[in-house]
Amino acid sequence: MTTLLDTGAVAPASAPASPAGSARVARTRRSGASWAWFGLIPFTAYIVLFLAVPTLLAIGSGFFTEDGSFTWSNVAALGDPVVLTTFANSAGLSLLTAVVGAVVGALVCYVLLGLDPAGTIRQAVDAAAGVLAQFGGVMLAFAFIAMIGIRGVLTVFLKDAFGIDIYANGTWLYELPGLIMPYIYFQIPLMVITFMPALAALKPQWAEANLTLGGTRLSFWLRIGLPVLAPSFLASLLLLFANAFSSYATAAALASQGSQIVPLQIRTSLTSETVLGRENLAGALALGMIVVVGVVMALYSLIQRRAARWQS
Amino acid sequence: MNRLAPSAATRWVIGILVGLFFAVPLVSTFLYTLRDVDGGLTLDHWLALFDPAASAAIRPIWTGLGNSLILAVVTVAIVLLLLAPTMILVNLRFGRLRPAFEFAVLLPISIPAIVLVVGLAPIYLQIGRSLGTGTWTLAFAYGITVLPFAYRSIQASIDAADLRTLSEAARSLGATWPTVVLKVLAPNLRQGLLAASLISIAVVLGEFTIASLLNRQVFQTAMLVVQKQDPYAPAIFTLLALAFVFVLLLLIGRVARGNRKARP
Repeated sequence: MTTLLDTGAVAPASAPASPAGSARVARTRRSGASWAWFGLIPFTAYIVLFLAVPTLLAIGSGFFTEDGSFTWSNVAALGDPVVLTTFANSAGLSLLTAVVGAVVGALVCYVLLGLDPAGTIRQAVDAAAGVLAQFGGVMLAFAFIAMIGIRGVLTVFLKDAFGIDIYANGTWLYELPGLIMPYIYFQIPLMVITFMPALAALKPQWAEANLTLGGTRLSFWLRIGLPVLAPSFLASLLLLFANAFSSYATAAALASQGSQIVPLQIRTSLTSETVLGRENLAGALALGMIVVVGVVMALYSLIQRRAARWQS
Repeated sequence: MNRLAPSAATRWVIGILVGLFFAVPLVSTFLYTLRDVDGGLTLDHWLALFDPAASAAIRPIWTGLGNSLILAVVTVAIVLLLLAPTMILVNLRFGRLRPAFEFAVLLPISIPAIVLVVGLAPIYLQIGRSLGTGTWTLAFAYGITVLPFAYRSIQASIDAADLRTLSEAARSLGATWPTVVLKVLAPNLRQGLLAASLISIAVVLGEFTIASLLNRQVFQTAMLVVQKQDPYAPAIFTLLALAFVFVLLLLIGRVARGNRKARP
């Protein structure tokens, strides 16, 4: 391994001596490097065993039956109307909550723009956004049950004070419509986390240039702000979609039975013997999910690379 | 003051509307925990946490919490003893592998936990036969889940510190590699390592999917089980856990900011 003393001090006089010197350096570097490869083994083994293999198993198990023979029937089951409805439900729920979350989240970022980045409000909002976006899950379900469950605080209040029974047409909280509000609850913070860097990268100099050239605040946003932010907004929207599509905990806590969305369908197929007459439906569903999320995330990284040009 | 920022009026309107949307469920949960049988207010549910007789139904939550804390410790160990040294190695020796490494580490973001758990089930069957069915083995899967978060924190620290110069200086002064890593590099990466550890703790405490589908008892799954019988205890623990992780993340923010402050 070369040291500072080697390279730095002898640089001026090293021109004729450099081939020999670099050969010596190359020799030591080569013997050092071969030993260092062993250092990568533990982590590589860990990743292979707990990330690569499970993913391959999850995707691949859809192609095999219980006794190990290759089959297309599980993947073909993805075309079943029930499963298609599930995917449509998931996609619809994810799209709705992603759009609402993106718009409201962008507005919140806009508001935060005017605050001191090191101030208390920004710090508190950043921490709160982190909590709700990543670690809420099951606990958000409890909070919503406490608020608008059958005996929730808001439900009782509305019934007693205004005579409004929000469950007059059935208990929607524990079915698909009930997922919308909890999902928005963690989509907005995620948007704030992912979109804030893009908004903060808008240079005030552009606003000043716009003003000196005779533009208004509106023209700034229409002609400069929104076009520059559009890739980041789209990228964040995709991320929110993927996030909602993959979410399991909140739905599992609210809908203890039932499988209206794909993650819940996977739960049902893992916990019961056969679903739709097939044993390895969980693998096929996992394959379907990975395809959807994978496409969305690939689009996300493509657009994000484009958006990052404005953030340098 | 940023010229692009909205006016104070806009700030207040949006702030209050969004603030209400986020505050109402949490305030409702708090009021819910104070509810009496006949509609009044009472502290009974909170006090029942500490009452041994009443807390028989809540015991699964304490067990689950204990398991989650053990899992947090093991996960932090994986981050500090496996991920961090590998990152140091990659940054010092295998610079060309960095993109591949980054791709592998950020992959868990694209692979939903619900998909991962389908493939983890057979692996954990084998682990159950060799290492036993203790809950702590879940930490291996949790280490994967926290990889993206921990990687970002530690990488930010590595980018800020000049590892190559530090390690070369230490080596030229005669230090062995373990000494270099432990006594020279780690203290310079302290903020990133601390942030990574705190984030790992938060993620482990909030994890539900993998534990639930592998039939292990952790904090979140325990709360769900208890919720069927006693809806108040999970609500109380929800508030406590959210507050705890909030403080944790405030700390992380404080730690990250301290990274950039100039020292005299």
